[in-house]
Amino acid sequence: MIDIWEIGKAFVVGGIICCFGQALLMYTKLTTARILVCFVVSGVILTAIGLYEPVVDFAGSGATVPLTGFGYSLAKGVQESVDELGWIGILIGGIKNTAAGITTAVFFSLMHALIFKPKTK
Amino acid sequence: MKTDNIRFFPSEKEYKKIVEEKTPNSKKVQGFLRAFWVGGVICVIGYFVGVLGEWIGFSEKNLPMFNASVLVYFGTLLTGLGIYDRIGKYAGAGSIVPITGFANSVCAPAMEFRREGVVTGIGAKLFTIAGPVLTFGISASVIYGFIYWLKEYVF
Amino acid sequence: MNRRGDRTVVFENEAYISSSASIAGKKEGDGPLGNSFDEIVKDDLLGTESWEKAESELVKRTIYRCIEKRGIELEDVGVLLAGDLNAQIISSGFAARDLGVPFLGMYGACSTMIESLLTGAVFVASGASQNALACASSHFCTAERQFRTPLELGTQRPPSAQWTATAAGACLIEHEKTEIEITSGTIGRVIDLKIKDASHMGAAMAPAVTDTLFGHLDDMKTELSSYDKIITGDLGIYGLDILKELVKRKYKMNTDELFYDCGANLYSKQQDVHAGGSGCGCIAGVLSGYIIDLLRKNEYQKVLLLGSGAMMSVTSSLQGESIPSISYAISLERCEND
Repeated sequence: MIDIWEIGKAFVVGGIICCFGQALLMYTKLTTARILVCFVVSGVILTAIGLYEPVVDFAGSGATVPLTGFGYSLAKGVQESVDELGWIGILIGGIKNTAAGITTAVFFSLMHALIFKPKTK
Repeated sequence: MKTDNIRFFPSEKEYKKIVEEKTPNSKKVQGFLRAFWVGGVICVIGYFVGVLGEWIGFSEKNLPMFNASVLVYFGTLLTGLGIYDRIGKYAGAGSIVPITGFANSVCAPAMEFRREGVVTGIGAKLFTIAGPVLTFGISASVIYGFIYWLKEYVF
Repeated sequence: MNRRGDRTVVFENEAYISSSASIAGKKEGDGPLGNSFDEIVKDDLLGTESWEKAESELVKRTIYRCIEKRGIELEDVGVLLAGDLNAQIISSGFAARDLGVPFLGMYGACSTMIESLLTGAVFVASGASQNALACASSHFCTAERQFRTPLELGTQRPPSAQWTATAAGACLIEHEKTEIEITSGTIGRVIDLKIKDASHMGAAMAPAVTDTLFGHLDDMKTELSSYDKIITGDLGIYGLDILKELVKRKYKMNTDELFYDCGANLYSKQQDVHAGGSGCGCIAGVLSGYIIDLLRKNEYQKVLLLGSGAMMSVTSSLQGESIPSISYAISLERCEND
């Protein structure tokens, strides 16, 4: 089940995708919010033109864990919904596939904000 | 007002050059190496979460959701414990770009604004950083969905 | 008190600093100037529930220390001139609420302390008040959440970024002669060379400091070398380098030993604060402790203090505006007791 080749691919591809982000961070002075937006939207666009799917097939979590993978889920989700439900799927698909991630983020952020206090650096 | 000192001042363009000369750049190679290995490791952790999910018995369709949830959960937990910002300081984009970075960007403002109230603080500020991600991510998916629908089912 | 030249006020045996106090946070206390503060607060919340309340508490404690050292009571304070970085200067306003003294809120961003000293000296010299208390403060956590990112967000700061100091400083100005005289003050102009990078405040502020420095020297018809030290507020390491470069365009001399930047010296290299300290509390704390001590010890005879502040907000930055800056100068001289 645990496959060294798969791990290697995930590590290298994931690392490379992060390096694109690092380049944005160092050369363009983009803020965190902008970098996150760039990655998600690029993920959607790359999936739409069929370039991201092969990367996911090749690298698995190396391509789905970075936020481009979040964009990939959005695009895949909308595609599936449209196939299944027709035009109304346009408005359903995106969030459907990413619902678990978003809900976890919202719920546990709320919980953790109630439990933990920010610390001085 | 006397303006005779103006002649000693550089033009805006010249000044930009002076500033660039006097300001050090970030350590580029170190920055990339750190982003690479930390980002890679987070993806590998994602792989192991996937293996765990398979072992539990998630279908192929639900597995990505399980993966995302687990990673996001740990992202918020490490933020709460005050560890994620230290990883971020070290790794830069290596910990911003993975989905755990998204979790961090939701949890950090929520914690920061706790003192301004549960509703008006946490509730309102939760999405100050991640909000744009959802706004543009979802909008992009709608545009793509529309094009896809036109292409596949209308024409 | 006289106006001299374009924008300088000269005081002739009219305004003296009779007492000063400074309190700093733990990180500042661990720095090279740690020994010069009256108190180092270990808990950044100072026993309160929020960073803003903590900063207000810091202001109060510093003011109490300052008047205690002079041996006067709160009721004896003629006017308190104080400011900070928080929107609507709440730290100072709330401190003034609890102190109940006549209060003038000041805002000059990181130059607030020098602005307050200058205004206070005018009050005292003109006879409008028997004394004036100048105070400024900043707190890392209040500034960070207001201007940058939440504390727990995992981001990297560029090398030019500065670290907002958790510190407050207060000086009491009186008419009665003491060892340290305020001899002149120069009002700044808002200068903008169109720097937009909010993580490089030193670059945005250096032209304003240069402008006020040139203006001051012209008005006083004096030279750079007439000062033992020229102390800038918080240009940081790289901002100070830029200032030296700008000054070189007019005064062709080696200024390496002449300039001292509070921000660049507040922390040690190992503390990983990149370009150095910033914030209202930076020059306020360093002046009210370290610099005044050196004047008292006769290490310096005559110093020029240049506080600089960036006149921007989060809104102006988001709207794509550049960062206009201002700088105020005051000169302090040691006078022998006769």
